[in-house]
Amino acid sequence: MAYAASDRSQGPEAEGANPVTKQDISARLAELLAEQQESLGGAWVEAVARTLRGRISLAELDRELRELYAALIQGLRGDGLDWQGDAYAELRALLAELSRARARQGFTPTETATSVLAAKDVLAPADDTPAEDIRSYLQLSKLIDALGLFTLEVYAKTREEVISAQAEQLMELSTPVVKLWEGVVAVPLVGTLDSARTQVVMEKLLQALVDTGSDQAIIDITGVPAVDTEVAQHLLKTVVAARLMGADCIISGIRPQIAQTIVALGIQFGDIVTKSSLADALKHALRQNGADITRSGGTA
Amino acid sequence: MNTSPVVPDAEHETVPIATNDDVVRARQLVRTLAQRCKLSLVDQTKLVTAASELARNTLVYGGGGVMRAGLVRRDGRAGVTAVFEDSGPGIPDVEQALTDGWTSGGGLGLGLSGARRLVDDFVLDTEPGSGTQVAVTKWAR
Repeated sequence: MAYAASDRSQGPEAEGANPVTKQDISARLAELLAEQQESLGGAWVEAVARTLRGRISLAELDRELRELYAALIQGLRGDGLDWQGDAYAELRALLAELSRARARQGFTPTETATSVLAAKDVLAPADDTPAEDIRSYLQLSKLIDALGLFTLEVYAKTREEVISAQAEQLMELSTPVVKLWEGVVAVPLVGTLDSARTQVVMEKLLQALVDTGSDQAIIDITGVPAVDTEVAQHLLKTVVAARLMGADCIISGIRPQIAQTIVALGIQFGDIVTKSSLADALKHALRQNGADITRSGGTA
Repeated sequence: MNTSPVVPDAEHETVPIATNDDVVRARQLVRTLAQRCKLSLVDQTKLVTAASELARNTLVYGGGGVMRAGLVRRDGRAGVTAVFEDSGPGIPDVEQALTDGWTSGGGLGLGLSGARRLVDDFVLDTEPGSGTQVAVTKWAR
């Protein structure tokens, strides 16, 4: 590092015989930070408040950052620059909490990381800072970078958790089995059909057949954007499973472009009844059940 | 077979194919391109379905790979090209692999042969042990 090589360096480390140890650096940093806790903490809060533009109350931000500040000093005193040490446990917990809160409130990764990294600007040495302290600052700067990365990691993890929770909810929500008529149930499928979803659909449909005592099942694929061989295979399996339970299965919602694609792919639906609309499928199912469909004033 | 050169229209996008979600992403990219190229709804669906098949082949049989897709032009006609590449085991018998109903996995055996019927240009390049490359193109009418 340039500072170490410089002749202008002061203090015993200039001779190289007795280099400043990491313990000394962290002790010095803790001392400096504690000395100016009030003013530096305030400057940090101010710097972060500017980037967040009032989307978080100043009082809350002040409490958050001052807690972080105190925990940082505690960490430096206990474990030096090793941010993974036990003395930093509280700081890490606070950072994780802050990060999670920011991720949930919809702050961007930059805004979240800036809350931590802004400390670097605030703590940056002035022109008259002794070389020794500048070297300490560089160590601190590295530490803050590591803490910033840690914050981002927690942020990303939180977002992933939110996403997977939503995916699960979607999976549940997107596969309702509805009773259309006495003895007729239907599943309107929407979106991508993969193995996991087919499994859910199949289970729900078969259970609904038992629960409602139905013997006609309609699978409506109006909302499925593309039917490839995998989707077709999943559909076929579901139909076979329903048949094994003694129910008839109708696939409805086959749009013109899907029909042409299925033909070009060479998929055979065999003797499975398919209809272009759910209404047609319901009509067919009712006829199968022996119902007479009449319109007042004439037959349908 | 038209031998005029195929000219790429702007930068082609690359999608890694390593998970099932990537297959969905690849499909979405192809759909977006097909819409931008103003393919008819039937052609869009055909190309998207072919991309879906090939992406899944890349994932399941090729052990993952990448898809490059973009708009192309030939003799003033616009089209969409998608190239699927993996460095998997390759296909030992191409003729057999392109036969309807033949599968080395548990599928219907229509993916590769079906995909060929769904597109206008289909180029399969494979060698046992050194991976497979499939390039498909659909031209606007």
